[in-house]
Amino acid sequence: MSVAIEITDISKQFRLYSEKHTSLKERVIHGGRMPFTPFWALKDVSVEIDQGETFGIIGRNGCGKSTLLKCVAGILKPTTGEIRVRGSLAAMLELGAGFQPDLSGRDNIYLNGSLLGLSRAEIDRRFDDIVAFAELDEFIDNQVKFYSSGMYVRLGFAVAVNVEPDVLLVDEVLSVGDAAFQRKCLDHVKRFQREGRTIVVVSHSTDVMRQNCNRLMVMKQGHVVTVSEPGEGIRVFLADLLGVGMGEGAEPGVPGGNVLAIGTVQAEHGGSGERMHLYPGESLTVTAEVDSLAPVPDALASIAIHDDANELVFASDPDDPTCALELPEGGGTVRFHFPEVPLLDGTYSVSVGVRSAVETAIYDWKDQVTKFEVVNPDRSTGRVRLPLDVSFRHRSTGLTGEVPVVPPAYAPLAGWEESAS
Amino acid sequence: MSLGVEQPAAAGPDKPSFIGGSTRFVPGQPSDRVTVVNGKVELGQRLKDLWLNRDLLALLTRTELKVKYKGSVLGYLWSMLNPALVLAIYFAVFSLIAKNGQPHFAIWLFAGLLVWNLFNGAAMGATTVVVGKAGIVKKVAFPRELLALSVVGVAIVMFVLQIGVLILAMVLFGITPDWPYLALLPLGFLALLVFTGAVSIFLSAVNVYLRDTQHLTEVLLMAWFWATPIVYTFGQISRQVATHPSLAWVKYAYLCNPVTPIVMSFQRAIYGKTSYVYNGGVTHVLPNWGMGTYAALLGMVLAVSVGLFLLALLVFGRLEGNFAEEL
Repeated sequence: MSVAIEITDISKQFRLYSEKHTSLKERVIHGGRMPFTPFWALKDVSVEIDQGETFGIIGRNGCGKSTLLKCVAGILKPTTGEIRVRGSLAAMLELGAGFQPDLSGRDNIYLNGSLLGLSRAEIDRRFDDIVAFAELDEFIDNQVKFYSSGMYVRLGFAVAVNVEPDVLLVDEVLSVGDAAFQRKCLDHVKRFQREGRTIVVVSHSTDVMRQNCNRLMVMKQGHVVTVSEPGEGIRVFLADLLGVGMGEGAEPGVPGGNVLAIGTVQAEHGGSGERMHLYPGESLTVTAEVDSLAPVPDALASIAIHDDANELVFASDPDDPTCALELPEGGGTVRFHFPEVPLLDGTYSVSVGVRSAVETAIYDWKDQVTKFEVVNPDRSTGRVRLPLDVSFRHRSTGLTGEVPVVPPAYAPLAGWEESAS
Repeated sequence: MSLGVEQPAAAGPDKPSFIGGSTRFVPGQPSDRVTVVNGKVELGQRLKDLWLNRDLLALLTRTELKVKYKGSVLGYLWSMLNPALVLAIYFAVFSLIAKNGQPHFAIWLFAGLLVWNLFNGAAMGATTVVVGKAGIVKKVAFPRELLALSVVGVAIVMFVLQIGVLILAMVLFGITPDWPYLALLPLGFLALLVFTGAVSIFLSAVNVYLRDTQHLTEVLLMAWFWATPIVYTFGQISRQVATHPSLAWVKYAYLCNPVTPIVMSFQRAIYGKTSYVYNGGVTHVLPNWGMGTYAALLGMVLAVSVGLFLLALLVFGRLEGNFAEEL
């Protein structure tokens, strides 16, 4: 697989001026001197992003992820380093950037498309697709300033995805629009993935990242913390976000340090021993060995289940009193017991963690550490086997029944009740 | 660190195709073309990019025009009406009230103003265009010179509209241009465009860093206007200089102003006369140069303008890297 984006030793320095002289007059008065504090928004960032990969960048506000994206897009010039990109590139840093409010939607499609690198002929060809995607047929000749904010971003997104770039940069724009439009956007992202295009996405949403990315880069204060599988990346990100010292840097025993570690995690279910899978409605027990170097009075056990599309199926309630543990020194075994797992076919992964009940700290988190499989013997489909009860009440006779197949001309069968009304 | 376009990348043998490549994305970029995003854009590449993005330039120009006239029913008619009104006022003031003896002075004035309006309009507009379009500059990557050039494009459209008014007025007053000399105008127009483009690109970049450039530009352009023989004639300069032999250099200094030869060739071709008779004496408005002299002067202006244009692109390239953070 060849490399789509090669980022080599990128650093970007911003100058923070205490007072900025933006006029010749002021510069002359101050003798051309402008004291500034250098601020490195990016420091020695190197990464290679493969062709066809969906690469996520995650980090707290101000960690430099947007700056990096802007450097790749060619909007900001890095102070040092080199960025090479293979093929065409389109950046969705802000939907509808460069829209002229006074122009019609039609004119803005042409303007925005051209800015993103489409030729006039190409826009002519894609015009109908763009309008259809944005769902703006009847408004396309109205001035954009009269659009609702939803129409505005839809048009912006429609233009950007129709550019069909080899490399697409996406900055937090997947979270716009209503649910239906969001799904449409994600469908487009999925299509891009199938077509082998490279996508670099910046987001705060760990769910979006987990579902869509092949690899995740965690950034902190302009540095790359790690580039890894999405699950591990999210763990690192969350741990950092919640203020816990990670790995070798942290001293054991001190509050917030590595006082606690989760060891083996095992899943047992109602069918264990007989079969590899469980049937819907059977029980599931997850046990996690926990070692602690010191007593942890505020430990809070949590468990999460993801399906094979990486979508969250269940996460435990932090307010559930049974999740609160008073871990003694030395540790023990945490047992999570689901008396009934009403899930339908699929392979589900289990993540287990222990966090603090009083602080926003994670002691340890094992992401997708074990799996279990559900096989459904009957013919219901979907994700969850919901308890179902079907009955029928006939309009003219007022009779209700379990099985609505008997026409009213027949006498009621045994077991049918007379309606009260 | 090698940022050179043609130098091989400091990379292992597993990615040999990452060698070379351009420094900018082009419309319809092929999938295997490698772009050094932050590379230094060479001058040749910049010129090529301008050509490759001509669609975008046309569109930006059209956008500017549309935005300008959106909401006015008469649209382009307004931009015809404005110069027509100006022409009528000149006629009223200089032919009826403040007679200076020069016949059809309004046409003379308009011939020079035509050139000046293009230059002035573009330079003023371009000064604020990058700052004004901060929304695009901060969010989309494209050759930003196009913004400055789109303002020149708008000025060209205004120029054409004014030519229409001028032709109408000449037919109305029964004035014939000097037909052979009209052949000079394409060269003059080209020189004007290149020079205006150079100044516009330069000013658009500088104003991002020094925001009072626009006020300075306004004042400088005012001085520049009066240093160009538009309202008065080059003949008047020659006469004044002739009485003081020590001031002979002033004439040459005048011609060093790149706009002056362009203005003079427009006046020569459109006004069609180099002298007129007033109060029994002959008054020269323009020197008795042949077409060759005008062509040579325009050729020099064009050559200088091309140099300035390249220089402006270089300066723009130096300054453009930090646009997104300065805005």
